[in-house]
Parts: sequence; structure tokens; C-alpha cells
Amino acid sequence: MTGFDLSEILTNPEFVAMLLHGIEMTFIIAIGSWLLAMTLAILLLALRFAPGRFGNAFVAGYVSYHRNVPTLVQLMLWYFGIFTLLPDWLTYWLASHNAEAIFAIIGLGLCQAAYFSEDLRSGLRSVSPGQMEAARALGHGYISAMRFVLMPQGVRNALPPLINHSVSLFKNSSLGVVIGASELTHAVKEIENLSFRTFEIYLIGTVLYLFFSLLIMAGGAYLTMRADPATRARA
Amino acid sequence: MINDIIAIIQDYWLLLLIGQYPNGPLGGLANTLILSALSIGLAFPFSILLALARLSKWSFLRWPVTVLVYVTRGVPLLMLILWSYFLVPLLTGADVPSFVTMLTTLVVYQAAFLSEVVRAGIVALGHGQMEAAKALGHGYFGAMRFVILPQALYNMIPSILSTFVSTIKDTTLGYVINVPDLTFAASQVNNQLLTQPFQVFLILAVIYYAICWSLTHVAYRLERRITRRRAGLTGVRPTAVIAPVKIVSEQL
Repeated sequence: MTGFDLSEILTNPEFVAMLLHGIEMTFIIAIGSWLLAMTLAILLLALRFAPGRFGNAFVAGYVSYHRNVPTLVQLMLWYFGIFTLLPDWLTYWLASHNAEAIFAIIGLGLCQAAYFSEDLRSGLRSVSPGQMEAARALGHGYISAMRFVLMPQGVRNALPPLINHSVSLFKNSSLGVVIGASELTHAVKEIENLSFRTFEIYLIGTVLYLFFSLLIMAGGAYLTMRADPATRARA
Repeated sequence: MINDIIAIIQDYWLLLLIGQYPNGPLGGLANTLILSALSIGLAFPFSILLALARLSKWSFLRWPVTVLVYVTRGVPLLMLILWSYFLVPLLTGADVPSFVTMLTTLVVYQAAFLSEVVRAGIVALGHGQMEAAKALGHGYFGAMRFVILPQALYNMIPSILSTFVSTIKDTTLGYVINVPDLTFAASQVNNQLLTQPFQVFLILAVIYYAICWSLTHVAYRLERRITRRRAGLTGVRPTAVIAPVKIVSEQL
């Protein structure tokens, strides 16, 4: 093993293919769990605002569990625990359809839904209650008032934390490696084992993660600027 | 199911609590807590230095810290752990236990995160405090030491506590480099039992939940108390101040 040499990895078609597959898998996991998390978050929010105390208590419990148990432990509980409790046919089906990635998406998505729903809730709470009353007075029903008056303002307020949590979701997709999902960190470790060029491949992996994270942060900053009426004209 | 869980706890509680301690390295919950406390304790002084550097008027101090903060925010902790696992033995030239590797990673990672908290705390105080301290004859360091930091750090106690909670959660990642912590102990139990993974990992989740929930709760209580004290409402009954706000905002 000689000095620093990135080309050893970047010109080897096998390694490049592994890296690309890793990036693809990271994106599948990150985007899949983001969509799952957002859908669940909106459902949780609806439950939270629904009349009756049961929904509220359920959501509070859900959020509390997912925020206080380490994400890794949640993933382990899903993959090592709940996977074994499923009926046989489902286990076979999952095993032949990349169960690792599916459980990474489920585990990360359910976990992140708790954070997203809390972000949205605090965003909505900072919208003045007068907005709802005004919307109702103008003839909007509850749903339509939510959809056209409250949510646009609430989501705008919630954008900065939502973007921060989206970045952490992207970073957390690396936890998939612990349950064997073949994402970017997995590819990095495989290539390390094959090439023994630890420094180079870690550097490539780090730069890739950093690049995509900064891209999400920059996109988020642009969105926040667009959404803010005070700076919209300049965007 | 419940009986299985009780049986596992009865058989393995000592392993989960202290690992194989008298006959091997300290592990389990005790090690998780020691690791988190040490990393926060060591990260804290660094974070103050980083925050001061980031607020400095000299760009050669500001830039490296800004880069460090962005790198730790943009790269998964897992990747940083792999880096330390590779670099720490290389740089020290010694066979470093995985505990030290994990500690190094967490100190760097949490120092960068905490520095943002400290910075926010200092910025939130406003210029007036610094100007007043300077007018009273303090130099920069005197003002920081006697005026700015005591106030900023006091206001930050809840944030520091919640950083401690996330550190506890972050220590689970030591699993990938075999740090003998609670998660490691649970997977040992799982490897011995083989047939009850769900029960074992459920116990693990419940233990983490109990610890992190209670700490989060303490942080929340402290935050309310500090907010009230900052607003100059020490003697006032809390319900009178907090309740109306809550009722208004819950009407959505």
C-alpha cells in the first residue's frame, strides 16, 4: 500500500458501481422514509387536533416513544424483533424483496414522523387563533380553513425545523448498515475491505454525505426564503 | 410474552446493568452512562472555546470552526465513528480500546453541536451586556468570564441537558465498533437466547425510554423555571402565567 491515491478507487469500475448502488440505496431509503414520515406526521397531526382525549394521548405516547428511544434501537427492534414475529408468508415475501431496506424505511419513517408532526404542530400553534375564526367567518369549513388558511402559514413557520430534521433523516439512513441494508456506508465498508484504501474511501464517503447534506440545507434555505413574504420579492 | 420478559430480566439484569464487570470490562447501562457523561463533560469546555472562536472578529478563528460545525452537521455520526476507529490508533500508535475511540468521536461531535447552543445563548443576550461590561472596565475575557458566560450558560442548562439525552442515544452507535455498552449487552443476551429477539430488544427500548424520558422531563421543568426567572416572575405562581397562553394556543 503506497501513498494517497484516489484514482485507485475512482477508476475501478467495480468500486464505482458499488458506490453508485450505495448512493441509489441511500436515496431510496431516505426518500422512502421521508414520504412515509410526512404522511404519518399529517395523520398524527389530524389525530392530535381531533376532538376527544384518546387521539391526543395516543399521539403524545407515539411521539414520546420515538423521541426517547435511540433510532438504532428502534431499527433493531424492527429488524431483529418484529421481523421474526410476522407470519411465514410475509417473512418470505419480505426476505425476497430486500427486507433490510424495507425495515430501514419503516423504522426511520415511523421515527421521523414523530419529529415532523411536532414541527408541524408547533408551526400551527404559532398561527394566531384569529386566523381560524376569520376563515370560518368567511364561510370555510374546518378542513378547507385548515387547507387554505392555517396550513400554508403553519408549514411556513415549521420550515426551518422540518429542513433540519430532513437533513438528520438523510444522515440517519446510514444506520441502515447495522441491519444490513446495502446503502452508502455499507458500500464504503465493503470497498474498504476489498481495496484496503481506508483513508481514500472514507474520504469519498464523507464528501458524498457532506455534499448531499449541504444540498438539502441549501435547498431548504431557498425554500425558507421563498416562503417568507419579506424576502419573496428578491427570490 | 410477559413471562418471557420477566424471565430474561431475572436472568440477565446484572449483564444489562454492568456488563461482565468483575470478570471483564465494565459494560451495560453503567458504561453507557459513564460514556455519555464523560463525553458531555469533555465536550463542554471545547464547545465554549468553539463558540467564542465562531463569534470572533478574526476570520482565521471563525472559518475553521464554521467548517467543523458544518462537517459534523452534514456527515452521519456513523461515518465519523468509522473515521476515529481508523485514525485514532494511527495517530496515537497504540491499541486503543473502542471505548476511547467512541469517546473521542462523541467529544468532537457534541462539542460542535454544543458550540451552536452556546453561540445562540451568547447572541441571545444581546450587545448591551458586553457594552455595559466594557464600560465598567472589563476587558474582553473579563467581560466573558464575569458577565456574559454566567448568564448565557445559566440560560442554556436545559439545552445542555437535552444534548446529554441525545448523547445517550448516540452512544448506541458504538455498537458498530463493539463498545461494551447497553446495546452491546442486549445483543449479547440476544445471542445467548437466540429465540426471543423481540423480547430482548423491547426491554432494551424500554430501558432507554425510561432514562431519556426522565431526563427530558427534568430539562422541560428546568426550562420553565428558568424562563420564569428570566422574566422576573420568581415569586408568581406558575399557573397564572403559563395557563392562559396554553389555552389560547390549544384552541386550534
